[in-house]
Amino acid sequence: MKRALPILLLAPLCLSASAQERRSGFENMARDTQAMQTDDTANPGMLWVLEGQSLWHQPAGPAAQSCASCHQNTEVSMRGVAARYPAWDEASAAPIDLAGRIAQCRETRQGAPPLARESQGLLSLSAYVGNQSRGLPIAPPADPRMDAAREQGRALYTARRGQLDLSCAQCHDDNAGRRLAGSTIPQAHPTGYPLYRLEWQTLGSLQRRLRGCMTGVRAEPFAYGASEYVAIEAFLASRAQGMALETPAVRP
Amino acid sequence: MITTRRLLLAAPAVLLLPQASRASPEAMTEAVQAFTRGATVRSGRVAMDISPLVENGNTVPLSVIVDSPMTAENYVRAIAVFNQRNPQPHVITVRLSPRAGRAILATNIRLATSQVLLAVAELSDGSFWSDSTQVVVTLAACVEG
Amino acid sequence: MARVLINIPAAARRGEIIPIRTLIQHTMETGYRPGADGEVLPRDIIRRFTCTYDGEEVFSAEFSPAIAANPFLSFTLVTTNSGPVVLRWEGDNGFAQTETREITVA
Repeated sequence: MKRALPILLLAPLCLSASAQERRSGFENMARDTQAMQTDDTANPGMLWVLEGQSLWHQPAGPAAQSCASCHQNTEVSMRGVAARYPAWDEASAAPIDLAGRIAQCRETRQGAPPLARESQGLLSLSAYVGNQSRGLPIAPPADPRMDAAREQGRALYTARRGQLDLSCAQCHDDNAGRRLAGSTIPQAHPTGYPLYRLEWQTLGSLQRRLRGCMTGVRAEPFAYGASEYVAIEAFLASRAQGMALETPAVRP
Repeated sequence: MITTRRLLLAAPAVLLLPQASRASPEAMTEAVQAFTRGATVRSGRVAMDISPLVENGNTVPLSVIVDSPMTAENYVRAIAVFNQRNPQPHVITVRLSPRAGRAILATNIRLATSQVLLAVAELSDGSFWSDSTQVVVTLAACVEG
Repeated sequence: MARVLINIPAAARRGEIIPIRTLIQHTMETGYRPGADGEVLPRDIIRRFTCTYDGEEVFSAEFSPAIAANPFLSFTLVTTNSGPVVLRWEGDNGFAQTETREITVA
């Protein structure tokens, strides 16, 4: 008992020090919600991972090629891929996010019908690919061609918007860790997307979450797939560099 | 400078439900009586496990365990869960055979607001036992309207 | 077909109490929620779940709209003989799905 005491006394000091550090939204959650995420037999996001796995191996398009036809041995070949997105896309000479890359691959390489943003198919494939990188650190590409997008993302993140005239940074940097109604304001690190949000009662993308924030401050959201979102995603990934991926995360 | 008041404007009302469709303590009592066919319900033997402070009422982990040997002579026939303030008082009823091995159930439920939950178990000897708990559902700030 | 995630041991000793955990993809539309056009969306839920094993319904459940989307259920059963564990979900609009998992009992 006596030996444990100094450790207990130190605990508050450790807490205040770590408050300055980067924290996944996971840390803010109630124990029940954390348990739902960490137990694969209870994490509803795993339903989408399973669906994605099935789609991954399903032939599509005129040549009846599946994702797995090219990307064989998925557990190895796709490990770490999600951690590197958004990345530079040679074809469009622009940054592209993971969902964009999957949709592009499906259309141009498989010749299959396009998958819309936030469709069950694209979310499932994104969840499956994301899940292959679970536990790996977010590793944005050093590619200097991404720098402009990251800068644009930073500018969008810090720009006030909407009728409430609030920027992302005002909540998620200046007031992170404080409470807004019953919720702790998270630091907005994109560690678990696509994720199962209890509020949505379904799986959703980071772009859906960004849109939710924008309508929340009464701003007009950008259209799904807009370059502005990809820029914010690229900035957030650089800001969260080194943090572990959790896909599919669960959030309140 | 941002104030809490200003940020709260961003939060649309949570779970808009027509007042008339709400359950009530009376409706819950009625639903419980339908389950017990009017038998007396005693407190005990049932343990409900749910977080006393819920961060989102859309998906709330709940488990119920009843103290029973689950033998052919002495087992739990059914467990039902009721609430006071959802649109309907009934949440779930499960029926068990001794071959379930344990009188245990875990699921995720919806809670429209802070309220009292009641779990009732029917034993093979015809007796009814219960546990109740008060749950606080916090107001989420960033709901998608 | 709704996507399901079933966790059940493939093998067990006779008389062992084994846990079964299930998740099924379903919106569990309550019938109380307005859609994008302001009209209340009609109820569409799973109403009933059954687990049948070795000739007997070991566990069953009746759901109300208060069961969360993508219903999760966890319960137990006592192993008797090797054979199928049959899980069935039934609900509104003719929803019906049956999943079978073989268990080897030694």
